[in-house]
Amino acid sequence: MVENLAKFCPGCGHPIVLMMLHRVLKQNNLEAQTVLGLDIGCSLLAWNYLPVNTFQTHHGRVVPTMVGFKRARKNSLSVAYVGDGGAYAIGWQSLFHAALRDEPIMVIVVNNTVYGMTGGQTAPTTLSGQITPTSPCGFEGVSLHGPEILRQVANKNAYIARTAVNDPKQMLDFIGEAIAAQQAGHFSLVEFLSFCPTNWRTAGMGTLKKLEEMRLVYPVGEIT
Amino acid sequence: MKKLMTGYEVVIQAALDADVESMFGYPITPTCEILSGWAASGKKYLQTEDEIAAGFGVCGAVLAGEKSFTVSSGPGHILLQDSFSMAEAMRLPAVLVIGQRGGPSSGTVIYSQQEVMLACFGGNGEGLRLVYSPASLSELYLLTRRAFNEAWKYRYPAVVLTDGYMLKTRQGVDLGKMEKMENIPSTSLLPDNKVVHWPNIYTAEEELNAVLEDNKKDYEKISSEIESCEKFGTDNAKVLLIAHGIVGAVARMAVEELQKKGVKVGLFRPITLRPFPKKELDKVCGWKGIKKAIVIESSFGQLARVVRDQLAPEIDVSFGYLQKPGLGIEVEEVVDFVKKLKI
Repeated sequence: MVENLAKFCPGCGHPIVLMMLHRVLKQNNLEAQTVLGLDIGCSLLAWNYLPVNTFQTHHGRVVPTMVGFKRARKNSLSVAYVGDGGAYAIGWQSLFHAALRDEPIMVIVVNNTVYGMTGGQTAPTTLSGQITPTSPCGFEGVSLHGPEILRQVANKNAYIARTAVNDPKQMLDFIGEAIAAQQAGHFSLVEFLSFCPTNWRTAGMGTLKKLEEMRLVYPVGEIT
Repeated sequence: MKKLMTGYEVVIQAALDADVESMFGYPITPTCEILSGWAASGKKYLQTEDEIAAGFGVCGAVLAGEKSFTVSSGPGHILLQDSFSMAEAMRLPAVLVIGQRGGPSSGTVIYSQQEVMLACFGGNGEGLRLVYSPASLSELYLLTRRAFNEAWKYRYPAVVLTDGYMLKTRQGVDLGKMEKMENIPSTSLLPDNKVVHWPNIYTAEEELNAVLEDNKKDYEKISSEIESCEKFGTDNAKVLLIAHGIVGAVARMAVEELQKKGVKVGLFRPITLRPFPKKELDKVCGWKGIKKAIVIESSFGQLARVVRDQLAPEIDVSFGYLQKPGLGIEVEEVVDFVKKLKI
C-alpha cells in the first residue's frame, strides 16, 4: 500500500484537528455514517485522510452543501470542515442562516487568522496589528468573533464553542458535544484556534506564542 | 384528456411525476410560483438565503442520492453558476429550471432569450450540461421529465431553459402518454457500504485534463441519445428559419402561413441546446436549395452564435438575423421579414 503522505505544511494545526475528530468518530463508532464535506483553502487537503466519506466543494460553499446533504440523508452525521475565511467571509451568509435555521449540521472552523492556501492574506479573524500580504502596515480592522455572533441567532440547544489545537482534552470534549447536538437535531459549530507557522513566519516557541496571543483575543470555552 | 394548467403547474407536475423529493429555491420573478407551488405540494423544500445556497443545497441533496432541483432567473441564474460548475465538474445530476428575463443585470422581469450562453456555457467549464428549450406547455412537461431522467441516467447537470411568458401561460394541456414515462431512479453517489474520497480540485494539470477528456468522451457518446429538434417543411425550403423556445413556436406558425402563400420556407427548431442537434442542423443547412438561413431570437445573437459554432465549417450557407433582445416576436413580423428577403 502506498503511504498517504501528509500534504499539510510542517507545524500546521489541521492534522491535529482531523486526528481529534477521527478519534471521537472512531470511539463512538460513527465513521460509517459520517460524511465530511470540505471547503476550499487548506481544508481541501483533508480529502483522503480519514476513513469516512469525504468530498471537496467550493470556497465558502461547504455549509450550504452539507445543509442539502443532511436534509436528504437525515441519519448521516454531516460535518462541514472549513477555514476562517470560508466560514466568516465568503461563506458567512450561508453559515449565519444555517445557524439561524438551526440546521442540524456540525461545522468545524479552523481559525489561523489568515488565508493559508493563498499566501497568508488578511482574514476576518486577523488580529489587530498583524502584518499580512494584504495588511503590510499591520491590520487595523476588527477581529471577527464568529461563534459569539452566531450564538445571538442560534437555537438555545445549538452547540457553539471555541477551543485551541494545544488543548487535546478540550478538543475531544467539544467535538463530542457538537456531535451530540447534531444527534439531538441541532446546529453545532466548534472553532479551533490553530497554527499556521508557514504564513505566520514563526517556528517552535514563536508559533506557540502566537497561539497564546490568539487566545487573549478569542477566549476558548463553550459559548452560551 | 386536456387539463387547464399554467406553465408553473406544468413544471411542478412534471417534477412530482419524476419522483423528485425536494427543492431548494430563492424567490425571483418570474419563477416564484414554482417555489410557492412546490411548497404547497407538501414535498420537502427550503427557501434559502440566496441562489448560491439553493444550488449547493441541490448538490448536497443529489450527493445524498435524492432527486432535487431549483428554479431561478437572470441575476439568480448567474449566482447558480457557482454550484452548477461544481455539478459539471463532479457530474452531479442537479436540475435547474430557468425562467429567462431581460438582461443584462436585473433587466426586465418576465421575458427574454438572453440566458442561452449562461445556461449552455456559464461557469469556468466546457458546457458539459444538458439544456432543453421547450416551445409549448406540453413540451415543457416532457422536457422537465426528460431533464430529471437524463441527468440521473448520464450524470450531467440539466437546465430547462424557459421564460416567464411560458410559465405564466394558462392553457389546455394534454399530458397524454407522457405521464406514464418511466423514471430513471436516483442512486446514492456516496454508498453506505464503502468509503469514497472524492476530489474536486487537482494538484496536477494532467489529472484534471484526463478527467475532462473522459467527461467529454462520455458526453459525445451519449449526445445522439439526447439531441432533439423539430424540422418542419425543410425538404424543399429555400429559406430556413432557425429559432428555439417560444420564438420557435412563433416561427412555426409563420412558416405555415408563408407556405400557404407558396413561399418555400422551413423551420429548424433545436429542442436541446446542449447537446446541440448538430447532425440534423448540418443536414438541413447542407441541402443545396437553401438560399438563406434566418436565425430568429429575442437576443442579439446568442442562439446565432451557437448555430454558427455547431454548423460544420464546410457547409456554406448565407445567414440572416431577426434579433429583438428582451422583446417577444410576433408571427406577422416573421412573415414580413421573410417576404422582404430578396431570394
